[in-house]
Amino acid sequence: MANDPISQFNIKELIPLEIGATNISFTNSSLFMVATVVVTSAFFMWATSRRGMIPTRAQSFAETTYEFVANMLRDAAGSDGMRFFPLVFSLFLFILVINMFGMFPYFFTVTSHIIITVALALLVFFTVIAYGLYKNGLGFFKLFVPSGVPGFVLPLVVLIEIISFFSRPISHSVRLFANMLAGHITLKVFAGFIVSMGSIGAVGVVGAILPFLMTIGLTALEFLVAFLQAYVFTLLTCMYLNDALHAGDH
Amino acid sequence: MIISQAYAAEPSGGAFPPFDPTYFASQILWLVITFGAFYWLMSRVIIPRLAGILESRHDRISRDLDEAQRLKTEADAAHAAYEHELAEAKRNAHSIASEATDKAKQEAADAREKVEAELAEKLSEAEARIAKIKETAMGEVGAIAGDTTEEIVKQLIGGKLTKSEITKAISGAGN
Repeated sequence: MANDPISQFNIKELIPLEIGATNISFTNSSLFMVATVVVTSAFFMWATSRRGMIPTRAQSFAETTYEFVANMLRDAAGSDGMRFFPLVFSLFLFILVINMFGMFPYFFTVTSHIIITVALALLVFFTVIAYGLYKNGLGFFKLFVPSGVPGFVLPLVVLIEIISFFSRPISHSVRLFANMLAGHITLKVFAGFIVSMGSIGAVGVVGAILPFLMTIGLTALEFLVAFLQAYVFTLLTCMYLNDALHAGDH
Repeated sequence: MIISQAYAAEPSGGAFPPFDPTYFASQILWLVITFGAFYWLMSRVIIPRLAGILESRHDRISRDLDEAQRLKTEADAAHAAYEHELAEAKRNAHSIASEATDKAKQEAADAREKVEAELAEKLSEAEARIAKIKETAMGEVGAIAGDTTEEIVKQLIGGKLTKSEITKAISGAGN
């Protein structure tokens, strides 16, 4: 059973809890979210505790992460986008660390469940709408009316813009979810091949070298994907926030 | 093959876990709790702290650069002042040297003049004395000649001559 590639996504109740008919158990997913928050916070608290003029290695890492996210946000949304820096920074670290935790064998990958990525994508989506309306008022809807488009195609363009705007949370969440899910399944499938082939005998053991090499390669690739998807999610967040900030500027 | 096995091996009634709504509420709740706490901690503690560190380093660097700039300007000014004083000193030294030379020349000239004047005085004094001596001698020569003439005449002719005759004869002979 442990050999099948889907069981790694099973949610296990660690502390069963219920309110009315709603199951709100503390599960392995909750555990890894808590672990992510605790480990990341503890690292950053420790790394920045000295507030050194000359940074230690850990402090330098924390500063580099800060600058990395700050530059991403500034490039995508301008310097007034920095008001969203805490959100963007938290999102990036939260997703990155969750994805990296998922790379440990026997660990649970929180972002491989669509409900989590949808919740995060909707958080961004509603932040964009709420702040966009607060800042630009009705000017926010200029977002759907690109300038310089001839009048007769304008209705079509507006329709496309609206559809693309509302499909954002879908692509935003599915991209992260599907990458994590597919990557982990692929990894598990190839790792499973090693075991299955190895159990047939000598020929199988020799043949198992191929899926073994594949698994090594995929593991490296998955580390890249784990980072890249956190980065992509954050970058898209920055670009969507840019719309909220500068909707009237188009 | 393995995937179909996996599906077959799944417990009955279980949907594909990532789409199983049983734990949606639990996941959202725990996401809100954990991400909320994380966001709070990041925005209240860690981001201000990191921003403070970077800010103070940035300030420190720009302050140090300003200080370096100020010190460089000071050093340049000191260098310029030094150059200026050196040039001044060279000029002064030159003028002092030429003044000293002039003074020495002047003194030498004065001294020579004085010595020359003294010498000239001494010379003229000496000349005057010589002239006086000569005059005296000349005067005495006349008297001696008169006496001698008188004596010679007395001896030769045994007569006696008057003073005026002798004087007349001598001055006649002397010229």
